[in-house]
Amino acid sequence: MPQDKTPKSYRKPLPHLDEENRPWWEATQRHELYVQKCRECGDLRFHPRALCTNCMSSSTEWIRCKGTGKIYTFTVTNQNQAGGFRDSLPYVMAWVEVDEGLKMLTNIVDCPPEQVKIGMPVEAVFDDVTPEVTLVKFRPAR
Amino acid sequence: MSLSRKCAVVGAYEHPTRFAPDKTMYQIMAESIRGALDDCGLTIKDVDGLLTAGMGMGAMAIVGFCDYLNLTPNFLDSTNIGGSSFVAHTAHAAAAIAAGLCEVAVVVYGSTAASSRFAIGTGGGGGGGDPCDQYEFPFGPTTVGAYAMIAQRHMHDYGTTSEQLAEIAVTMRLHASMNPVAKYRDPITVEDVLASRVISSPLHLLDCCIISDGGGALVITSAERARDLKKMPAYILGAGETVRHAARGQRDFLEIAAAQSGRLAFERSGVAHKDIDMAMIYDSFTITVLATLENLGFCKRGEGGAFVSGGRLRFDGDFPINTDGGGLSSNHPGMRGMFLVIEAVKQLRGECGPRQVKDCKIALAHGTGGALGTRHSGATIIITNQ
Repeated sequence: MPQDKTPKSYRKPLPHLDEENRPWWEATQRHELYVQKCRECGDLRFHPRALCTNCMSSSTEWIRCKGTGKIYTFTVTNQNQAGGFRDSLPYVMAWVEVDEGLKMLTNIVDCPPEQVKIGMPVEAVFDDVTPEVTLVKFRPAR
Repeated sequence: MSLSRKCAVVGAYEHPTRFAPDKTMYQIMAESIRGALDDCGLTIKDVDGLLTAGMGMGAMAIVGFCDYLNLTPNFLDSTNIGGSSFVAHTAHAAAAIAAGLCEVAVVVYGSTAASSRFAIGTGGGGGGGDPCDQYEFPFGPTTVGAYAMIAQRHMHDYGTTSEQLAEIAVTMRLHASMNPVAKYRDPITVEDVLASRVISSPLHLLDCCIISDGGGALVITSAERARDLKKMPAYILGAGETVRHAARGQRDFLEIAAAQSGRLAFERSGVAHKDIDMAMIYDSFTITVLATLENLGFCKRGEGGAFVSGGRLRFDGDFPINTDGGGLSSNHPGMRGMFLVIEAVKQLRGECGPRQVKDCKIALAHGTGGALGTRHSGATIIITNQ
Protein backbone atom coordinates (compact mmCIF):
# COMPACT_ATOMS: atom_id res chain seq x y z
CA MET A 1 0.00 0.00 0.00
CA PRO A 2 1.48 3.35 -0.96
CA GLN A 3 2.27 5.42 2.08
CA ASP A 4 1.23 9.06 2.30
CA LYS A 5 4.40 10.61 3.66
CA THR A 6 3.22 14.04 4.63
CA PRO A 7 4.14 14.66 8.27
CA LYS A 8 0.53 14.90 9.40
CA SER A 9 -0.41 11.52 8.03
CA TYR A 10 2.60 9.63 9.41
CA ARG A 11 1.27 8.29 12.72
CA LYS A 12 4.03 6.01 13.99
CA PRO A 13 6.46 7.26 16.64
CA LEU A 14 9.35 9.33 15.38
CA PRO A 15 12.82 9.52 16.90
CA HIS A 16 13.83 12.51 18.96
CA LEU A 17 16.88 14.12 17.37
CA ASP A 18 19.45 15.68 19.65
CA GLU A 19 23.04 16.92 19.68
CA GLU A 20 24.38 13.41 20.10
CA ASN A 21 22.45 11.54 17.41
CA ARG A 22 21.77 14.21 14.78
CA PRO A 23 24.75 13.32 12.53
CA TRP A 24 23.49 9.73 12.27
CA TRP A 25 19.97 10.79 11.34
CA GLU A 26 21.30 13.35 8.86
CA ALA A 27 23.27 10.55 7.22
CA THR A 28 20.17 8.41 6.87
CA GLN A 29 18.51 11.36 5.14
CA ARG A 30 21.33 11.07 2.60
CA HIS A 31 20.54 7.30 2.47
CA GLU A 32 23.80 6.40 4.21
CA LEU A 33 24.14 4.04 7.17
CA TYR A 34 26.90 4.51 9.75
CA VAL A 35 28.14 2.90 12.93
CA GLN A 36 30.75 4.32 15.26
CA LYS A 37 34.27 3.09 15.97
CA CYS A 38 36.44 4.18 18.84
CA ARG A 39 39.72 5.69 17.64
CA GLU A 40 41.41 4.62 20.88
CA CYS A 41 40.42 0.99 21.32
CA GLY A 42 38.69 0.17 18.05
CA ASP A 43 35.44 -0.96 19.63
CA LEU A 44 32.42 -0.72 17.34
CA ARG A 45 29.09 0.52 18.61
CA PHE A 46 25.51 1.12 17.60
CA HIS A 47 23.36 3.10 18.36
CA PRO A 48 25.50 6.26 18.24
CA ARG A 49 26.72 7.84 21.46
CA ALA A 50 29.34 10.37 22.40
CA LEU A 51 31.67 8.08 24.34
CA CYS A 52 33.11 4.63 23.75
CA THR A 53 31.40 2.21 26.16
CA ASN A 54 34.56 0.09 26.27
CA CYS A 55 37.23 2.69 27.15
CA MET A 56 35.16 5.90 27.55
CA SER A 57 37.16 7.75 24.94
CA SER A 58 35.41 10.62 23.16
CA SER A 59 37.49 10.11 20.04
CA THR A 60 35.06 8.64 17.54
CA GLU A 61 35.21 7.64 13.92
CA TRP A 62 32.08 7.17 11.81
CA ILE A 63 32.25 3.99 9.73
CA ARG A 64 30.00 3.79 6.71
CA CYS A 65 28.27 0.42 6.49
CA LYS A 66 28.01 -1.56 3.30
CA GLY A 67 24.30 -1.73 3.97
CA THR A 68 24.09 -5.50 3.89
CA GLY A 69 23.60 -8.03 6.64
CA LYS A 70 21.63 -11.04 7.82
CA ILE A 71 18.45 -11.47 9.84
CA TYR A 72 19.47 -12.48 13.38
CA THR A 73 15.90 -12.94 14.59
CA PHE A 74 12.45 -11.61 13.74
CA THR A 75 8.75 -11.73 14.50
CA VAL A 76 5.69 -11.24 12.39
CA THR A 77 3.56 -8.87 14.44
CA ASN A 78 -0.16 -9.52 14.01
CA GLN A 79 -1.38 -7.36 16.88
CA ASN A 80 -0.38 -3.86 17.91
CA GLN A 81 -3.00 -1.49 19.25
CA ALA A 82 -0.89 1.61 18.66
CA GLY A 83 -2.03 4.03 16.01
CA GLY A 84 -0.01 3.79 12.81
CA PHE A 85 1.03 0.20 13.46
CA ARG A 86 -2.55 -1.00 13.82
CA ASP A 87 -3.09 0.03 10.24
CA SER A 88 -0.05 -1.78 8.87
CA LEU A 89 -0.48 -5.28 10.30
CA PRO A 90 1.05 -7.71 9.83
CA TYR A 91 4.55 -6.27 9.83
CA VAL A 92 7.94 -7.83 10.40
CA MET A 93 10.19 -6.58 13.16
CA ALA A 94 13.73 -7.95 13.22
CA TRP A 95 17.19 -7.67 14.63
CA VAL A 96 19.49 -7.50 11.63
CA GLU A 97 23.21 -8.10 12.07
CA VAL A 98 24.97 -5.88 9.55
CA ASP A 99 28.20 -7.10 7.97
CA GLU A 100 30.16 -4.80 10.27
CA GLY A 101 29.03 -7.08 13.13
CA LEU A 102 26.44 -4.98 14.94
CA LYS A 103 22.75 -5.69 15.47
CA MET A 104 20.05 -3.15 14.64
CA LEU A 105 16.33 -3.30 15.33
CA THR A 106 14.40 -2.70 12.13
CA ASN A 107 11.55 -3.77 9.88
CA ILE A 108 11.86 -6.24 7.04
CA VAL A 109 10.03 -4.88 4.01
CA ASP A 110 9.38 -5.85 0.40
CA CYS A 111 9.01 -9.49 1.42
CA PRO A 112 5.93 -11.57 2.28
CA PRO A 113 6.09 -12.17 6.06
CA GLU A 114 5.87 -15.94 5.67
CA GLN A 115 9.07 -15.94 3.59
CA VAL A 116 11.20 -14.18 6.21
CA LYS A 117 13.83 -16.49 7.72
CA ILE A 118 16.67 -16.21 10.21
CA GLY A 119 19.96 -15.97 8.34
CA MET A 120 18.34 -14.42 5.26
CA PRO A 121 20.72 -11.95 3.54
CA VAL A 122 19.21 -8.47 3.55
CA GLU A 123 20.10 -5.01 2.34
CA ALA A 124 19.24 -1.59 3.71
CA VAL A 125 16.44 0.48 2.27
CA PHE A 126 15.94 4.07 3.32
CA ASP A 127 12.36 5.02 4.06
CA ASP A 128 11.87 8.80 4.04
CA VAL A 129 8.90 8.79 6.40
CA THR A 130 8.90 12.57 6.97
CA PRO A 131 10.98 15.44 5.56
CA GLU A 132 13.14 15.26 8.71
CA VAL A 133 13.31 11.52 9.36
CA THR A 134 14.52 8.62 7.26
CA LEU A 135 14.24 5.15 8.78
CA VAL A 136 16.66 2.36 7.89
CA LYS A 137 14.75 -0.79 7.02
CA PHE A 138 15.93 -3.94 5.29
CA ARG A 139 14.68 -6.07 2.41
CA PRO A 140 15.90 -9.37 0.97
CA ALA A 141 19.26 -8.81 -0.76
CA ARG A 142 19.00 -8.60 -4.52
CA MET B 1 29.26 -9.33 54.34
CA SER B 2 26.60 -11.93 53.74
CA LEU B 3 22.87 -11.31 54.05
CA SER B 4 22.17 -14.98 54.59
CA ARG B 5 19.44 -15.57 57.21
CA LYS B 6 19.78 -12.04 58.65
CA CYS B 7 16.26 -11.11 57.54
CA ALA B 8 13.00 -12.81 56.70
CA VAL B 9 9.77 -12.24 54.85
CA VAL B 10 7.26 -12.42 57.70
CA GLY B 11 4.09 -11.13 56.07
CA ALA B 12 2.77 -11.89 52.58
CA TYR B 13 -0.55 -10.94 51.10
CA GLU B 14 -1.92 -11.25 47.60
CA HIS B 15 -4.91 -9.04 46.95
CA PRO B 16 -7.70 -11.37 45.76
CA THR B 17 -9.05 -8.96 43.18
CA ARG B 18 -8.55 -9.62 39.48
CA PHE B 19 -10.87 -6.88 38.23
CA ALA B 20 -11.49 -3.81 40.35
CA PRO B 21 -13.14 -0.97 38.42
CA ASP B 22 -14.46 0.22 41.79
CA LYS B 23 -10.99 0.64 43.36
CA THR B 24 -8.03 2.95 42.86
CA MET B 25 -4.43 1.82 42.52
CA TYR B 26 -3.50 3.39 45.86
CA GLN B 27 -6.47 1.70 47.53
CA ILE B 28 -5.32 -1.71 46.28
CA MET B 29 -1.81 -0.93 47.55
CA ALA B 30 -3.07 0.11 50.98
CA GLU B 31 -5.41 -2.88 51.28
CA SER B 32 -2.49 -5.12 50.35
CA ILE B 33 -0.31 -3.60 53.08
CA ARG B 34 -3.12 -4.11 55.60
CA GLY B 35 -3.36 -7.74 54.52
CA ALA B 36 0.38 -8.35 54.85
CA LEU B 37 0.55 -6.70 58.26
CA ASP B 38 -2.44 -8.76 59.48
CA ASP B 39 -0.65 -11.84 58.14
CA CYS B 40 2.31 -11.32 60.48
CA GLY B 41 0.68 -9.50 63.38
CA LEU B 42 2.45 -6.18 62.96
CA THR B 43 0.69 -2.82 62.53
CA ILE B 44 1.20 0.16 60.26
CA LYS B 45 2.87 1.88 63.24
CA ASP B 46 5.68 -0.69 63.08
CA VAL B 47 6.52 0.08 59.44
CA ASP B 48 9.63 2.24 59.01
CA GLY B 49 10.71 1.20 55.52
CA LEU B 50 8.75 1.44 52.26
CA LEU B 51 9.63 0.02 48.84
CA THR B 52 7.38 0.29 45.83
CA ALA B 53 7.21 0.74 42.07
CA GLY B 54 4.33 0.90 39.66
CA MET B 55 3.28 1.33 36.08
CA GLY B 56 0.87 4.16 36.70
CA MET B 57 3.14 5.95 39.15
CA GLY B 58 5.09 9.10 38.47
CA ALA B 59 8.72 9.66 39.34
CA MET B 60 8.02 10.82 42.90
CA ALA B 61 4.96 8.64 43.50
CA ILE B 62 6.48 6.95 46.55
CA VAL B 63 6.26 10.32 48.29
CA GLY B 64 2.66 10.69 47.18
CA PHE B 65 1.89 7.22 48.47
CA CYS B 66 3.44 8.11 51.84
CA ASP B 67 1.05 11.08 51.87
CA TYR B 68 -1.87 8.78 51.04
CA LEU B 69 -1.06 6.44 53.92
CA ASN B 70 0.37 9.13 56.22
CA LEU B 71 3.73 7.37 56.42
CA THR B 72 7.09 8.93 57.31
CA PRO B 73 9.50 5.99 56.79
CA ASN B 74 13.20 5.96 57.64
CA PHE B 75 14.01 4.09 54.43
CA LEU B 76 12.56 4.62 50.94
CA ASP B 77 13.24 2.74 47.71
CA SER B 78 11.26 3.25 44.52
CA THR B 79 13.65 1.38 42.23
CA ASN B 80 11.69 0.61 39.10
CA ILE B 81 13.31 -2.00 36.88
CA GLY B 82 10.01 -3.33 35.54
CA GLY B 83 8.15 -6.41 36.72
CA SER B 84 11.15 -7.77 38.58
CA SER B 85 11.24 -4.72 40.86
CA PHE B 86 9.60 -6.40 43.84
CA VAL B 87 12.03 -9.29 43.86
CA ALA B 88 14.83 -6.71 43.93
CA HIS B 89 12.96 -4.70 46.58
CA THR B 90 12.80 -7.75 48.83
CA ALA B 91 16.58 -8.03 48.71
CA HIS B 92 17.04 -4.27 49.07
CA ALA B 93 14.79 -4.32 52.15
CA ALA B 94 16.86 -7.09 53.71
CA ALA B 95 20.07 -5.18 52.99
CA ALA B 96 18.62 -2.02 54.50
CA ILE B 97 17.47 -3.85 57.63
CA ALA B 98 20.81 -5.64 58.00
CA ALA B 99 22.56 -2.26 57.70
CA GLY B 100 20.34 -0.71 60.35
CA LEU B 101 18.53 1.69 58.03
CA CYS B 102 15.10 0.43 59.08
CA GLU B 103 13.53 -2.41 61.08
CA VAL B 104 10.23 -3.30 59.40
CA ALA B 105 10.00 -2.79 55.66
CA VAL B 106 6.96 -3.13 53.44
CA VAL B 107 7.19 -3.91 49.74
CA VAL B 108 3.96 -3.08 47.94
CA TYR B 109 2.39 -3.08 44.48
CA GLY B 110 -1.07 -2.32 43.15
CA SER B 111 -2.50 -1.89 39.68
CA THR B 112 -5.75 -1.50 37.80
CA ALA B 113 -4.20 -2.54 34.49
CA ALA B 114 -7.25 -4.56 33.40
CA SER B 115 -10.03 -2.19 34.42
CA SER B 116 -8.05 0.72 32.95
CA ARG B 117 -7.86 -1.30 29.70
CA PHE B 118 -4.12 -0.91 29.40
CA ALA B 119 -2.71 -2.80 26.39
CA ILE B 120 0.47 -3.90 28.12
CA GLY B 121 1.81 -6.41 25.65
CA THR B 122 0.51 -5.06 22.37
CA GLY B 123 0.59 -1.30 22.83
CA GLY B 124 3.98 -0.76 21.26
CA GLY B 125 3.56 2.78 20.08
CA GLY B 126 4.99 4.80 22.89
CA GLY B 127 7.90 7.06 22.10
CA GLY B 128 10.25 6.55 25.04
CA GLY B 129 12.80 9.18 25.89
CA ASP B 130 15.96 7.11 26.26
CA PRO B 131 18.61 7.20 23.54
CA CYS B 132 18.03 3.53 22.69
CA ASP B 133 14.31 4.13 22.24
CA GLN B 134 14.95 6.37 19.25
CA TYR B 135 16.25 3.38 17.29
CA GLU B 136 13.46 1.01 18.34
CA PHE B 137 10.04 2.65 18.72
CA PRO B 138 9.85 3.69 15.03
CA PHE B 139 9.74 -0.02 14.10
CA GLY B 140 6.83 -1.07 16.33
CA PRO B 141 8.38 -3.22 19.03
CA THR B 142 5.52 -4.53 21.16
CA THR B 143 6.38 -6.30 24.40
CA VAL B 144 5.17 -9.61 23.02
CA GLY B 145 7.10 -9.00 19.81
CA ALA B 146 10.34 -8.44 21.69
CA TYR B 147 9.90 -11.77 23.51
CA ALA B 148 8.78 -13.49 20.32
CA MET B 149 12.13 -12.68 18.73
CA ILE B 150 13.84 -14.62 21.53
CA ALA B 151 11.54 -17.59 20.90
CA GLN B 152 12.21 -17.43 17.16
CA ARG B 153 15.97 -17.47 17.66
CA HIS B 154 15.78 -20.25 20.26
CA MET B 155 13.72 -22.40 17.88
CA HIS B 156 16.20 -21.68 15.08
CA ASP B 157 19.30 -22.52 17.12
CA TYR B 158 18.02 -25.46 19.16
CA GLY B 159 14.90 -26.86 17.49
CA THR B 160 12.68 -25.80 20.35
CA THR B 161 9.03 -26.31 19.39
CA SER B 162 5.75 -24.49 19.91
CA GLU B 163 4.50 -27.69 21.57
CA GLN B 164 7.25 -27.45 24.18
CA LEU B 165 6.41 -23.82 24.89
CA ALA B 166 2.72 -24.71 25.04
CA GLU B 167 3.33 -27.27 27.78
CA ILE B 168 4.45 -24.41 30.02
CA ALA B 169 1.10 -22.67 29.50
CA VAL B 170 -0.79 -25.93 30.07
CA THR B 171 1.06 -26.52 33.36
CA MET B 172 0.37 -22.98 34.57
CA ARG B 173 -3.33 -23.46 33.84
CA LEU B 174 -3.35 -26.74 35.78
CA HIS B 175 -1.91 -24.87 38.75
CA ALA B 176 -4.43 -22.06 38.33
CA SER B 177 -7.23 -24.62 38.50
CA MET B 178 -6.11 -25.28 42.07
CA ASN B 179 -5.94 -21.60 42.99
CA PRO B 180 -9.38 -20.23 43.95
CA VAL B 181 -8.47 -16.63 43.08
CA ALA B 182 -6.78 -17.36 39.72
CA LYS B 183 -8.37 -15.51 36.80
CA TYR B 184 -8.45 -18.42 34.32
CA ARG B 185 -9.10 -21.84 35.88
CA ASP B 186 -10.46 -24.07 33.11
CA PRO B 187 -7.83 -26.58 31.97
CA ILE B 188 -6.28 -26.16 28.51
CA THR B 189 -4.32 -28.52 26.27
CA VAL B 190 -1.27 -28.14 24.08
CA GLU B 191 -3.67 -28.22 21.12
CA ASP B 192 -5.63 -25.32 22.60
CA VAL B 193 -2.46 -23.23 22.82
CA LEU B 194 -1.43 -24.05 19.25
CA ALA B 195 -4.95 -23.31 17.99
CA SER B 196 -5.04 -19.88 19.62
CA ARG B 197 -4.25 -17.02 17.28
CA VAL B 198 -0.65 -15.99 16.67
CA ILE B 199 -0.11 -12.60 18.28
CA SER B 200 3.52 -12.18 17.25
CA SER B 201 5.16 -15.19 15.66
CA PRO B 202 5.93 -17.72 17.02
CA LEU B 203 3.94 -16.80 20.14
CA HIS B 204 0.23 -17.60 20.32
CA LEU B 205 -2.36 -15.87 22.48
CA LEU B 206 -2.07 -18.61 25.11
CA ASP B 207 1.74 -18.22 25.17
CA CYS B 208 1.08 -14.74 26.58
CA CYS B 209 0.31 -13.71 30.14
CA ILE B 210 -3.11 -12.36 30.94
CA ILE B 211 -3.93 -8.81 32.00
CA SER B 212 -5.62 -8.40 35.38
CA ASP B 213 -5.96 -5.94 38.17
CA GLY B 214 -4.28 -6.83 41.43
CA GLY B 215 -1.77 -6.07 44.07
CA GLY B 216 0.18 -7.48 46.94
CA ALA B 217 2.51 -6.70 49.78
CA LEU B 218 5.36 -8.23 51.75
CA VAL B 219 6.61 -7.43 55.23
CA ILE B 220 10.32 -7.97 55.87
CA THR B 221 12.15 -7.68 59.16
CA SER B 222 15.20 -9.02 61.01
CA ALA B 223 15.46 -12.74 61.71
CA GLU B 224 15.49 -11.92 65.40
CA ARG B 225 12.22 -10.03 65.27
CA ALA B 226 10.73 -12.58 62.86
CA ARG B 227 10.80 -15.30 65.50
CA ASP B 228 8.11 -13.60 67.61
CA LEU B 229 5.61 -13.09 64.77
CA LYS B 230 2.55 -15.08 63.71
CA LYS B 231 3.80 -17.07 60.72
CA MET B 232 6.81 -19.19 59.90
CA PRO B 233 9.56 -16.82 58.67
CA ALA B 234 10.88 -17.17 55.13
CA TYR B 235 14.58 -16.38 55.61
CA ILE B 236 16.39 -14.60 52.82
CA LEU B 237 19.50 -16.55 51.84
CA GLY B 238 20.80 -14.51 48.95
CA ALA B 239 19.88 -12.46 45.93
CA GLY B 240 21.20 -10.92 42.73
CA GLU B 241 20.08 -8.43 40.13
CA THR B 242 21.29 -7.02 36.84
CA VAL B 243 20.24 -5.99 33.33
CA ARG B 244 20.78 -7.03 29.72
CA HIS B 245 20.36 -4.75 26.71
CA ALA B 246 21.56 -4.51 23.15
CA ALA B 247 25.16 -4.20 24.42
CA ARG B 248 26.12 -1.54 21.85
CA GLY B 249 24.85 -3.84 19.11
CA GLN B 250 26.94 -6.81 20.17
CA ARG B 251 24.57 -8.83 22.34
CA ASP B 252 24.01 -12.56 22.31
CA PHE B 253 20.24 -12.33 22.87
CA LEU B 254 19.80 -15.81 24.33
CA GLU B 255 22.04 -14.90 27.25
CA ILE B 256 19.73 -13.02 29.62
CA ALA B 257 19.98 -11.22 32.94
CA ALA B 258 19.08 -14.39 34.84
CA ALA B 259 22.51 -15.83 34.03
CA GLN B 260 24.17 -13.14 36.15
CA SER B 261 21.51 -12.51 38.81
CA GLY B 262 21.05 -16.24 39.29
CA ARG B 263 24.77 -16.90 39.64
CA LEU B 264 25.03 -14.15 42.24
CA ALA B 265 22.01 -15.45 44.16
CA PHE B 266 23.38 -19.00 44.26
CA GLU B 267 26.88 -17.86 45.27
CA ARG B 268 25.54 -15.60 48.00
CA SER B 269 23.08 -18.20 49.28
CA GLY B 270 25.55 -21.05 49.45
CA VAL B 271 22.97 -23.47 48.07
CA ALA B 272 23.12 -25.58 44.91
CA HIS B 273 20.59 -25.99 42.12
CA LYS B 274 19.59 -29.41 43.43
CA ASP B 275 18.64 -27.83 46.76
CA ILE B 276 15.83 -25.76 45.19
CA ASP B 277 12.47 -27.40 45.98
CA MET B 278 10.32 -25.06 43.91
CA ALA B 279 10.79 -21.95 41.82
CA MET B 280 8.70 -18.95 40.87
CA ILE B 281 9.78 -17.90 37.38
CA TYR B 282 8.33 -14.77 35.83
CA ASP B 283 6.08 -16.04 33.04
CA SER B 284 5.20 -13.00 30.98
CA PHE B 285 5.35 -15.41 28.05
CA THR B 286 6.11 -19.11 27.80
CA ILE B 287 9.52 -18.35 26.28
CA THR B 288 10.37 -16.23 29.34
CA VAL B 289 10.18 -19.36 31.49
CA LEU B 290 12.25 -21.49 29.14
CA ALA B 291 14.97 -18.88 28.68
CA THR B 292 15.06 -18.13 32.41
CA LEU B 293 15.41 -21.77 33.44
CA GLU B 294 18.35 -22.17 31.05
CA ASN B 295 20.04 -18.99 32.16
CA LEU B 296 19.58 -19.73 35.86
CA GLY B 297 21.42 -22.97 35.14
CA PHE B 298 18.67 -25.51 35.84
CA CYS B 299 19.42 -26.94 32.41
CA LYS B 300 21.98 -26.18 29.73
CA ARG B 301 21.46 -23.62 27.01
CA GLY B 302 19.41 -25.19 24.26
CA GLU B 303 17.99 -27.90 26.51
CA GLY B 304 15.08 -25.83 27.82
CA GLY B 305 12.57 -27.38 25.43
CA ALA B 306 13.23 -30.86 26.75
CA PHE B 307 13.49 -29.62 30.33
CA VAL B 308 9.99 -28.12 30.40
CA SER B 309 8.44 -31.23 28.84
CA GLY B 310 6.95 -34.32 30.41
CA GLY B 311 5.25 -32.61 33.32
CA ARG B 312 8.49 -31.68 35.07
CA LEU B 313 7.22 -28.21 36.00
CA ARG B 314 3.98 -29.43 37.62
CA PHE B 315 3.43 -28.96 41.35
CA ASP B 316 3.92 -32.73 41.69
CA GLY B 317 6.74 -32.93 39.13
CA ASP B 318 10.51 -33.03 39.53
CA PHE B 319 10.87 -29.24 39.38
CA PRO B 320 7.67 -27.41 40.35
CA ILE B 321 7.31 -23.81 39.26
CA ASN B 322 4.61 -21.13 39.41
CA THR B 323 2.21 -23.12 41.55
CA ASP B 324 -0.24 -20.22 41.73
CA GLY B 325 -0.90 -20.43 37.99
CA GLY B 326 1.55 -17.68 37.15
CA GLY B 327 1.03 -14.68 34.96
CA LEU B 328 -0.15 -17.00 32.22
CA SER B 329 -3.31 -17.93 34.15
CA SER B 330 -3.61 -16.44 37.66
CA ASN B 331 -2.87 -12.74 37.48
CA HIS B 332 -0.68 -10.22 35.71
CA PRO B 333 -1.47 -6.66 36.74
CA GLY B 334 1.34 -5.17 34.68
CA MET B 335 4.24 -6.04 36.98
CA ARG B 336 4.27 -9.50 38.52
CA GLY B 337 7.41 -9.82 40.64
CA MET B 338 5.43 -9.32 43.84
CA PHE B 339 3.46 -12.52 43.36
CA LEU B 340 6.60 -14.57 42.76
CA VAL B 341 7.79 -13.86 46.28
CA ILE B 342 4.31 -14.20 47.85
CA GLU B 343 3.70 -17.67 46.42
CA ALA B 344 7.24 -18.81 47.30
CA VAL B 345 6.64 -17.73 50.91
CA LYS B 346 3.28 -19.53 50.99
CA GLN B 347 4.89 -22.70 49.68
CA LEU B 348 7.59 -22.56 52.35
CA ARG B 349 4.87 -22.17 54.97
CA GLY B 350 2.84 -25.07 53.57
CA GLU B 351 -0.19 -22.86 52.94
CA CYS B 352 -0.90 -23.87 49.34
CA GLY B 353 -3.57 -26.55 49.82
CA PRO B 354 -4.04 -28.84 46.80
CA ARG B 355 -1.14 -27.24 44.91
CA GLN B 356 1.31 -27.54 47.83
CA VAL B 357 4.77 -28.81 46.90
CA LYS B 358 5.80 -31.61 49.27
CA ASP B 359 8.64 -30.94 51.71
CA CYS B 360 9.26 -27.46 50.37
CA LYS B 361 12.25 -26.03 52.25
CA ILE B 362 14.08 -23.79 49.78
CA ALA B 363 12.44 -21.71 47.06
CA LEU B 364 13.81 -19.47 44.33
CA ALA B 365 12.03 -16.52 42.74
CA HIS B 366 13.23 -14.86 39.57
CA GLY B 367 11.66 -11.75 38.11
CA THR B 368 12.15 -10.36 34.63
CA GLY B 369 11.34 -6.73 33.92
CA GLY B 370 11.12 -5.19 30.48
CA ALA B 371 11.60 -7.31 27.39
CA LEU B 372 14.13 -10.07 26.74
CA GLY B 373 14.37 -9.11 23.08
CA THR B 374 15.29 -5.46 23.66
CA ARG B 375 16.37 -4.75 27.23
CA HIS B 376 15.35 -6.11 30.58
CA SER B 377 16.26 -6.50 34.21
CA GLY B 378 16.52 -9.73 36.15
CA ALA B 379 16.29 -10.20 39.91
CA THR B 380 16.72 -13.51 41.70
CA ILE B 381 16.15 -14.33 45.36
CA ILE B 382 16.50 -17.58 47.29
CA ILE B 383 14.52 -18.05 50.52
CA THR B 384 14.09 -20.86 53.04
CA ASN B 385 11.99 -21.91 56.01
CA GLN B 386 15.00 -23.51 57.71
